[in-house]
Amino acid sequence: MDNIAYFKEQFDRLDSPDALSGLRQSSMNSFSNLGIPTTRNEEWKYTRISSLFNREYLINNTTAITAADIDTIALPAHATANVIVFINGIFSNEFSAIRSAGLSLCPLEEAASNEYKSIVSKHLNHSSQYLKDGINALNTAFIHGGIFLHVHKNKVIDQPVYIYNITDARNGHVLSQPRSLVYVGQQAQVNFTEIYHTLGTAESLTSQVMEMVVEQDAIVEYYKIQNEGKAASQVSTTHIRQVGKSLVNTVTITLDGGIVRNNLHAIMEAEHTEAHMYGLYFPDGTTHIDNHTIVDNAVPHCLSNEFYKGIMDGQSTGVFNGKIFVRKDAQKINAFQSNKNVLLSDNASVNTKPQLEIYADDVKCSHGCTVGSIDEESLFYLQSRGIPRKEAMALLLQGYATDILEKIKLEPVRTYVEELIAKRLLVETV
Amino acid sequence: MKSETNIMDEKLSIEQAVLSDYKYGFVTEIEADEAPKGLDESTIRFISAKKNEPEWMLEWRLKAFRQWLKMEEPTWANINYPPIDYQDIIYYSAPKQKAKLESLDDLDPELRRTFEKLGISLDEQKRISGVAVDAVIDSVSIATTFKEQLAEVGVIFCSISEAIQNHPELIKKYLGSVVPATDNYFSALNAAVFSDGSFCYIPKGVRCPMELSTYFRINAENTGQFERTLIVAEEGSYVSYLEGCTAPMRDENQLHAAVVELIAMDHAEIKYSTVQNWYPGDKDGVGGIYNFVTKRGICHDSAKISWTQVETGSSITWKYPSVILKGDNSVGEFYSVAVTNNYQQADTGTKMQHIGKNTKSRIVSKGISAGFSNNSYRGLVHVNKNATNARNYSQCDSLLLGDKCGAHTFPYIEVKNSSSVVEHEATTSKVGEDQIFYCNQRGIDTETAVALIINGFAKEVMNQLPMEFAVEAQKLLAISLEGSVG
Repeated sequence: MDNIAYFKEQFDRLDSPDALSGLRQSSMNSFSNLGIPTTRNEEWKYTRISSLFNREYLINNTTAITAADIDTIALPAHATANVIVFINGIFSNEFSAIRSAGLSLCPLEEAASNEYKSIVSKHLNHSSQYLKDGINALNTAFIHGGIFLHVHKNKVIDQPVYIYNITDARNGHVLSQPRSLVYVGQQAQVNFTEIYHTLGTAESLTSQVMEMVVEQDAIVEYYKIQNEGKAASQVSTTHIRQVGKSLVNTVTITLDGGIVRNNLHAIMEAEHTEAHMYGLYFPDGTTHIDNHTIVDNAVPHCLSNEFYKGIMDGQSTGVFNGKIFVRKDAQKINAFQSNKNVLLSDNASVNTKPQLEIYADDVKCSHGCTVGSIDEESLFYLQSRGIPRKEAMALLLQGYATDILEKIKLEPVRTYVEELIAKRLLVETV
Repeated sequence: MKSETNIMDEKLSIEQAVLSDYKYGFVTEIEADEAPKGLDESTIRFISAKKNEPEWMLEWRLKAFRQWLKMEEPTWANINYPPIDYQDIIYYSAPKQKAKLESLDDLDPELRRTFEKLGISLDEQKRISGVAVDAVIDSVSIATTFKEQLAEVGVIFCSISEAIQNHPELIKKYLGSVVPATDNYFSALNAAVFSDGSFCYIPKGVRCPMELSTYFRINAENTGQFERTLIVAEEGSYVSYLEGCTAPMRDENQLHAAVVELIAMDHAEIKYSTVQNWYPGDKDGVGGIYNFVTKRGICHDSAKISWTQVETGSSITWKYPSVILKGDNSVGEFYSVAVTNNYQQADTGTKMQHIGKNTKSRIVSKGISAGFSNNSYRGLVHVNKNATNARNYSQCDSLLLGDKCGAHTFPYIEVKNSSSVVEHEATTSKVGEDQIFYCNQRGIDTETAVALIINGFAKEVMNQLPMEFAVEAQKLLAISLEGSVG
């Protein structure tokens, strides 16, 4: 099927004249040039997504989601949190609720022409400088129902912000393309948890782009939980620009899905910026999980620390590609990266590529990566104390995952994830 | 801790370097027999006819050439260079000789002097060191020493052209078996136009009594060197092979596209060491050799291949010595020191393909960049589904001297077997100020201190080199980095 023609047709159907139509049009043009990335593209070498584009998707279709649907997937303390809901990629005012003072939200199209105009024009679509592929361009070409979220300066947002990306695939294959731009003002503090859910059994693809701008002295926690079914695939981009000296912690937990690709970027544009990226991927069956991260150190005195752990079971595949760039004259950079993998099955595989590109001399950069399996001796030790092998295995894996899970500072969310993993291990161990 | 004399030696060599820059940059006035510039089928027929090759060899070359025409030059490496005009290269250049030589003593005296300047006086080699040398100048093999002694134990060590004439059955069987003619752009080009190289065959159970060595030199202007090396180690045999290379200083770039194939049968061991010191270009990055090399070995059951390389020369190095660990219990090793200075670019590393069970590989790569240079490590560790208990350890460290250079790491790790253990670690740092201070404080000046630290940094690899090379390699390291400290 001719993807370009299909999306062009959809583009013409949906396009409406507003402040973003110029950006949409130029992105549609780049999509036409770039097309869907193939494995010949170095960034997609290990992830074949052409199979996701051999069907016609419904785009921006209307759905009949009810409050009951939301309840089934709600995170703990949903009722008191700030809730942002996207349904099939479109922001849903009905199910969203901003409860904290210091948070304001408006449609992206509106923000592009009101007082946020300069922020939007400066930061929206900055991710395209790092993602020169058709997927990112396609999302931008279909910016409809996106949001602009402003975290006001000097505000500590006491309630977490939950972002739900819900895809309703009960009436056919759906492509959702949520888009958001988050602006975190000076000295603000905020905590995001993003979660994905697909209803129905048809195939769905969520191609999401979130761009975040973090100002001086701001502190951001950002957690992503991906635990959809095998029919749900995702390309999820989180592009964080640290324009002032700030601290960002991210934790990405991926437990299930069809093909899941995460792009996580920390672009450090101010001195003394700090970013920590943690990730746990635990695919089974035929799931394919691909984590691509970029830490771009453009200025001196930055610190980044990256730690990703993977457990591959069944016929699943794990991919990790971490890139650290140290630009010219960005001296005194400390950048660390570590990737550890456990293979539980001979049909599972892992491809990892920790990559350093360094153009300054006074830096400390390191990366390490390991691939192995569960230590037989540890298993034996537990077994010798009367713990059945399968439970012993679960214990060891939980311990292995703890390194990452403990980085989730929001306790209810951490417990929620721990339960998901316990359930997974128990299901497997019974 | 190094003795003081050693430090003095190193210092001396640095001072020498200040005066001499690239000391191998001389040109020898030897009349050469050259093919006309350019590349088409007639060039290949010309080369083949010159070498008096059998029909099957010509066919093999032409097949490679036709394939090459359909291929595109690779662009994925982290290097930049202006497009190469493949029609502006002389593909065959042989020093003219009057009559066929009976022994080494009949060698052109001018040529002999070249080798003496290079520090491999053939006479001396013959007498003292006991290293058998096959010297390749421009494109053809000039002299092979120690042939008789080697023949006594059944080792065949000769130029590849001779092997094509005298041992066609071996060449037919093994040439292109590890690096197929059409493997990649440069190997296809090499297969089409290679003019000489070394061939080495170690029979079953023989431990080669001496180190075998080849010295490559590009002498004539506008020529490319396309040599091809083939080493076959039969069951249970052992050989240690050394390769060195130099070229004159010229302000245009010259192309060097070699192919090396190693075959280690059951329980055999091949140790292959390279000290690559092609002309790196001048301080402004003018001239120098483009070194585009394909090196690959295959290990059968319980065999071992070990690559050691010291890369200090070439304006561009594009080289990935690889090991296919096909047999069970086979071992692959890769030790590398790559030094880049001024405007040199290196994109080098290795590939370890684990196919057999209980296969092991070890990668130690040390990159040192200075000046405006860029140094990349690019390596692949691939563990097949059936490679039970495969084990890999990789370590790649980069050292930066100066704030205008770059050090990059592109490791690819692909594991499809759950019983395998793969580890990779990499660090990038500069020479520590506290380390220098410590040396200064004890009366060692900064330049010597840096030489000390770098030698320590590279030691793990240097230790793998045979004695004769280790000394030379250490000096080369110091020379290559001369002037980059301060």
